[in-house]
Amino acid sequence: MTVLEVRDLRVTFRNGTVPAVRGISLAVGRGEVLGIVGESGCGKSATALALTGLLPPGARATGSVRLRGRELIGLTDAELARVRGRDIAMVFQDPMSALTPVRPVGDQIAETVQIHQGAGRTAARARAVELLDLVGVPDPARRARAYPHELSGGMRQRVMIAMAVANDPAVIVADEPTTALDGTVQARVLRVLRAARDATGAAIVLITHDLGVAAGLADRVMVMYAGRAVETGPVDEVYARPRMPYTIGLLQSVPRLDGRPPFAPAEDTADRPRLVPIEGHPPVPGRLPGGCPFAPRCPVAEPRCREAEPDLRPVGADGRAVACVRDIRDPAGVYPRPVPPPPAVPVPSDRRWRRPVLEVSGLTRHHPLYTGGRLRRRTGTVRAVDGIEFDIREGETLGLVGESGGGKTTALMEILRLRAPQAGRIAVLGQDTATLTAARRKALRRDVQVVFQDPLASLDPRMRVADILAEPLTAHGARRRAAAGRVGELLALVGLGAELAGRYPGNLSGGQRQRVAIARALATEPRLVLLDEPVSALDVSVQAGVLNLLEDLKARLGLAYLLVAHDLAVVRHVADRVAVMYLGRIVELGEVPQVYHRPAHPYTRALLSAVPVPDPPRERRRRSVALPGDRPDPADPPAGCRFRTRCPRHAALDPVRARRCLQVDPEPVRVGDDQLTACHYPEAMTP
Amino acid sequence: MAGFLVRRLLNYGVLVVLAASLAYLLAAATLRPRAEFAERSPRPPAAVVDAQLTALNLNDKTPLARRYATWASGVLHGDLGRTLNGDPVAPELLRRALVSVRLLLVGTVLGGVLGVLAGAYAAVRQYRPSDRLITVGSFVVLSTPVFVLAVLLQLGAERVNQATGVRIFEWVGEYTPGHGAGPLARLGGRLQHLVLPTLAIVLTQVAVVSRYQRHLMLDVLGADYVRTAMARGLTRRRALLRHGLRTALAPVTTYFAYTFGFVLLGAMFTEKIFGWHGMGGWLIDSVHRGDVNAVAAVNLLAAVLVLLAGLAADAAHGLLDPRVRTGR
Repeated sequence: MTVLEVRDLRVTFRNGTVPAVRGISLAVGRGEVLGIVGESGCGKSATALALTGLLPPGARATGSVRLRGRELIGLTDAELARVRGRDIAMVFQDPMSALTPVRPVGDQIAETVQIHQGAGRTAARARAVELLDLVGVPDPARRARAYPHELSGGMRQRVMIAMAVANDPAVIVADEPTTALDGTVQARVLRVLRAARDATGAAIVLITHDLGVAAGLADRVMVMYAGRAVETGPVDEVYARPRMPYTIGLLQSVPRLDGRPPFAPAEDTADRPRLVPIEGHPPVPGRLPGGCPFAPRCPVAEPRCREAEPDLRPVGADGRAVACVRDIRDPAGVYPRPVPPPPAVPVPSDRRWRRPVLEVSGLTRHHPLYTGGRLRRRTGTVRAVDGIEFDIREGETLGLVGESGGGKTTALMEILRLRAPQAGRIAVLGQDTATLTAARRKALRRDVQVVFQDPLASLDPRMRVADILAEPLTAHGARRRAAAGRVGELLALVGLGAELAGRYPGNLSGGQRQRVAIARALATEPRLVLLDEPVSALDVSVQAGVLNLLEDLKARLGLAYLLVAHDLAVVRHVADRVAVMYLGRIVELGEVPQVYHRPAHPYTRALLSAVPVPDPPRERRRRSVALPGDRPDPADPPAGCRFRTRCPRHAALDPVRARRCLQVDPEPVRVGDDQLTACHYPEAMTP
Repeated sequence: MAGFLVRRLLNYGVLVVLAASLAYLLAAATLRPRAEFAERSPRPPAAVVDAQLTALNLNDKTPLARRYATWASGVLHGDLGRTLNGDPVAPELLRRALVSVRLLLVGTVLGGVLGVLAGAYAAVRQYRPSDRLITVGSFVVLSTPVFVLAVLLQLGAERVNQATGVRIFEWVGEYTPGHGAGPLARLGGRLQHLVLPTLAIVLTQVAVVSRYQRHLMLDVLGADYVRTAMARGLTRRRALLRHGLRTALAPVTTYFAYTFGFVLLGAMFTEKIFGWHGMGGWLIDSVHRGDVNAVAAVNLLAAVLVLLAGLAADAAHGLLDPRVRTGR
């Protein structure tokens, strides 16, 4: 039974000048999940807001949205208000900003009950506690009185879901419901969302950029590009046999945990196959190319593609449709096979014979905590980084992974300072940072460079690209003329045309900006580049290109990388070794294939099991390890093993053996050729 | 919360002592009360002037440190010294402060509330005619000096009085001496006198507060939680009032509390033009005459008021915004 039917929905922004959604149609039945996937700017969020009449002022929706047969487009705000929250509910992306900061969360849930059911305040509050219990919030009566900032991200998102299901809606629109969350938290929230669907029978419109999330939850998917649907169909069909070059490119550019690209011939057994990027970048709404909007990026575009925009046409059975003039049967043949990385600068293959570029031992960074007010009193210590040890050798990438609050970025910033740490030792190219003179430190800065997550924030918006690239050189004493001469060379190195030199960062696309940031880091010919989430702000299709670029540069220039990332699949593709951080400690360290294949620490295992796989049958079978509770306060870590409060292995131990976890802080122990883990009871090593 | 306020209070105590002491030292070091005595006619003998000055603790031949010590110990015992005429400062200070409060209380509070509403309304109607009207209006008021504004108001009131033939508006002093017999008539007369100065204060206050509130409200208009509130089933208007304005109110209370502290002293133009003998006027007159003790007393009161306002602001902010309460 169809509960939500959309016909030719169009959304324009800025009083009609910017078309964001250009005519989409969809239908969702009771209990069905429709996934809308696409990259930033493709119009998926505008679609979500248009469905619920929540478009910002200046935006206009036309077409038809029928909820249980009732037309919603054209209703007044007051009429829509009676529908919203009762028949159609929403779950937004960032639960921190989506909840009113100055009201208790229980009251916010109660409000929706009060409005629609006319319940009294007490009854509504009681119902709010019930709802919190339903979505698995422990101690719901107490949590109902908490303010949003007092809850963790996962907890807040459950509050959002509780609010959404409060009045048994017919449709739930979830707009990137897990994007702001950590991996293991995401897994839990998705489970809650699925349970809510089962409990209420609501239809779900799931909007996401993450192909893995859609694979696990959706029954059918709709791929959007430039404000239109370009491919729709049952999720298994679309993922296994995509027919639109954009869908194919999207699926091929996602880094995967098992490293195997989709549609690859069976004989392709390279350990780390290259990702297949889509050239160019997604079009900006309002400035679309003529004809098929994907044609400029399409490897198989023909002249007729640039003449007229193809309509969505049905192909095959079960409601599959595709907006492409070509009839593509073999997805593997659409994109050219990626060029292998250039031959590497020769380094000894055995790690022990390579020179260390960075050595870190006992590194500690504590932040004092003060009471508020002007009479400051120290009340505690956040142990952001609490004694970590690792090294990076020539031509090697170490991935530093873990969830937010683990201390990854703090560790990177400590290394970048090139000063004596609070405790422990940092040595770059054999030089202890504690003993450096100012001049030597400055000289060493040439060798250690950094690329940050958000290139828009880390590039000066008022400097031209040429000046941005020349600045590191002049700062280190190069003549202005010589520095300017290097700009073209650097742009070519990162695959950008010399014509970009005169532009400002604001006039570049996200991928181009990050390439400029990388070129800037490479200007001084560093030996070690620190990468702080270098691709997490980029769209998938662009991300693949940047990851390939990083790999090529490493091979050609013999660089070493320290890569901080939360995405384990990205690390799988780029890193040689990986270190997993939890609450300021490294809990597991080793070579990527070993650690990914046979994680020894229960936290590593949980992290790996929480990564969604963009392969529907496998994703539905995937069982993620549930971690109970929330991350402990880093100012007050548990005694003994820090992970024990959430450790499934610890929970299964008999009391005698469990006592060791309670009392003894585990030291890293060797569990493989190149694999260390800080666990008293590591996964049994199979010989 | 209580502990937090007590700590703040202690903190502020130190600041009050510092501010008041510096104000006294500055006044005592620069003002010349001797001139006021020496230039009387007939010109008194120097010894008499010295004696009078010493009696009032104003003699510039006494070392500054000793004068300060005398003043400070007096203050600690609740004695703020004497004016040049020999009257005690404290009762006069209290009288003047009450005049100012009568003049300003209604205007400031009313202006604050109206300012918040006008600002919030302007934000919701951003770039529409009503927003432009409020914006232009408040800039006109802000760029008009208070004394011009007051005089314009008086001129307007004069016109109205002439046109109607009844004295609807009064603008000299707090009341008309000998006017009205019963207590009710006297109260009516006082209110009549209050209308114009209150209007002047309300206008300036609305102009300033509405600017702040409009800006704060604009940040909130597109906030995700307002959208969430609408997704729950609130109309846009209710979502903006219950979730948007509620959140945007917290910062403006801080500002408002401080204006209240300052306005007591800063309204001297209003006082002078409408013929009210309040604090601001007294401060100016005292500086003019070289009345060190009166100046120091006014400054002491100002310091206390500003810091009380700060305390009130902290308390109000803590009450309105739970996020600032979490001082672990």
